[in-house]
Amino acid sequence: MLGEGILKGMAETARNFVGSYVSKDRLVTVQYPEERLPLKEATRQFPFLVYDGDDWQKGLRCVACQICEKECPPKCIYIEKSKDKKPDYIGKPQLYPATFDIDLSVCMSCQICVEVCPFDAIKMDTEYELSTDDRFGGLLSHKEQLAKSNGHYHQIHPTEAAEVDGHLAAEKTRLEAKAKAAGEAKARAKASPAALGPIR
Amino acid sequence: MSAETVTAAAAEPPAFGAAGPAARHYEILPKTPPAGDAGSGLLEVSMGPHHPSTHGVFRMDVVLDGERVVKLKPVFGYLHRNHEKIAEGTTYLSSMPYTDRLDYFCSLTNNWAYALAVEKLAGLEVPERAEFIRVITAELTRLQNHVCLIGFLLQDMGALGTPLMYAFREREKILDLFESLTGARMMCNYMRFGGCRVDLPEGWLEAAKTVVEEYPRFLDEFERFLGGNEILLARTQGVGALPKELAVNAGVTGPMLRASGVNYDIRKVDLYGIYDRFDFKVPLGERGDVFDRYMIRVLEMRESLKILSRALADIPSGPIIDPKAKLRGFRPKPGEAYGRIEAPKGELGFYLISDGSPNPYRYRVRPPSFINLTILEDMCLNHLVADVVIILGSVDIVLGEVDR
Repeated sequence: MLGEGILKGMAETARNFVGSYVSKDRLVTVQYPEERLPLKEATRQFPFLVYDGDDWQKGLRCVACQICEKECPPKCIYIEKSKDKKPDYIGKPQLYPATFDIDLSVCMSCQICVEVCPFDAIKMDTEYELSTDDRFGGLLSHKEQLAKSNGHYHQIHPTEAAEVDGHLAAEKTRLEAKAKAAGEAKARAKASPAALGPIR
Repeated sequence: MSAETVTAAAAEPPAFGAAGPAARHYEILPKTPPAGDAGSGLLEVSMGPHHPSTHGVFRMDVVLDGERVVKLKPVFGYLHRNHEKIAEGTTYLSSMPYTDRLDYFCSLTNNWAYALAVEKLAGLEVPERAEFIRVITAELTRLQNHVCLIGFLLQDMGALGTPLMYAFREREKILDLFESLTGARMMCNYMRFGGCRVDLPEGWLEAAKTVVEEYPRFLDEFERFLGGNEILLARTQGVGALPKELAVNAGVTGPMLRASGVNYDIRKVDLYGIYDRFDFKVPLGERGDVFDRYMIRVLEMRESLKILSRALADIPSGPIIDPKAKLRGFRPKPGEAYGRIEAPKGELGFYLISDGSPNPYRYRVRPPSFINLTILEDMCLNHLVADVVIILGSVDIVLGEVDR
């Protein structure tokens, strides 16, 4: 019959239209920004720098090794090393980034920086409303804006953050045990009865 | 216009770009209308680059005799991003996210082809679980690519919006799976040399099984509405036929080649990954027209579903990446490698030459939609302008891949 295809199509459209008032499954759209879908745990948008403890300047995990700067495909990271050192989470003196800038307009959210970081210092945030009306300075994030607490990391990627904390703790215990053993060996070599504490 | 004028004007097509665009323009367009047939003449139309039917920034220089196409030249390069040269300047790993942006519908198959080439180069072994994950993600990619293509094809035919939105509704379910696995809907950046980046999250397999189980219902519904639709049949049957010999000679691959009746599927020919373990058929067309190309995609989706349900049931546990694979300081030994896979659009290949440094010495992509596009003129000749839009739609191009 001529026009049968059109009638069939219109009937289906009508069925879905009416059905969307009855069944939630038929209503596939979400009224953003009033409604929002829950974020997936693996979601990645823009990197941030993780810090431990309360003071972001003291607790910043980044040691300014510049691996992420070199591996970043669109080269959106800019790092300047510090002149002095600060203790890292184990207590070992390390450099820290004097400047750490990420250009939001260049970053393509690929997560390569996160993968290559040997210190678990840079992670992906899930914040997606990053637009700004300041097109010159506003799109360049400095380390003040990039630094976010480990608690925030636990909030957005709980499974991953727990894993990271686990292996950082394991690494810390391993290094402490190693330092202790080294210290004991040293003490034995000196034949001194006074046991040295763990060398940090 | 009389037939003599057409042949006279089209007899000697000027060399493309030889004398510059201005000179070409005057050679094609007769300055004065032919005598005795006032008001008629060949008309040169520039279709695109912002035409909605060109699926991106793509232009066709079409010479028309009335409504019929006399000559057609595809013009591309508007989306050129220097992908190959950038890849030669960055490390192997850093090129991986750029491959997502080639064919931005199928980032996971692009990842796989590139990973395959590097694995051949560096001699890495892929663990079994990673191979299964690759097959699952690649077939899901094929599903969402084909369903979108059909939606876009129908939109080109004038079914504005509705079929495309239904296709997008199904695609979104697959993209949700991709997002929960890789973190991004489209720019997945998931495969790594020697395996995959992260393991499947909890509950992912069940979610994927649900999607795969519900998909045939949608396909049946889609086919019920479209299979017998008289408008679809009238617009597609016998339009843009591509003969077998021409398709083979032009190097056309993928669903387009199979629609012309050539049994060539790299999943069967090359048996890369673990495709030898799955039982699936290669659907073949007969006439190679737009309808066959449309139908091949529907049938391919059904075969993909077969592979998927098998792979989702059989996936073993184990490691997902070769322990020899290095993330930082990756330097394959000098040599060359070509890795190719059956991407949803055809044969996608990556050719790499390594000189032992951290970045490839030569990096070349064999993009399927670019090579499939070269045959566009032969399919469009003597068809109406409205059919050109459909033929272009049935080629299934993505300009990110064509222009690179």
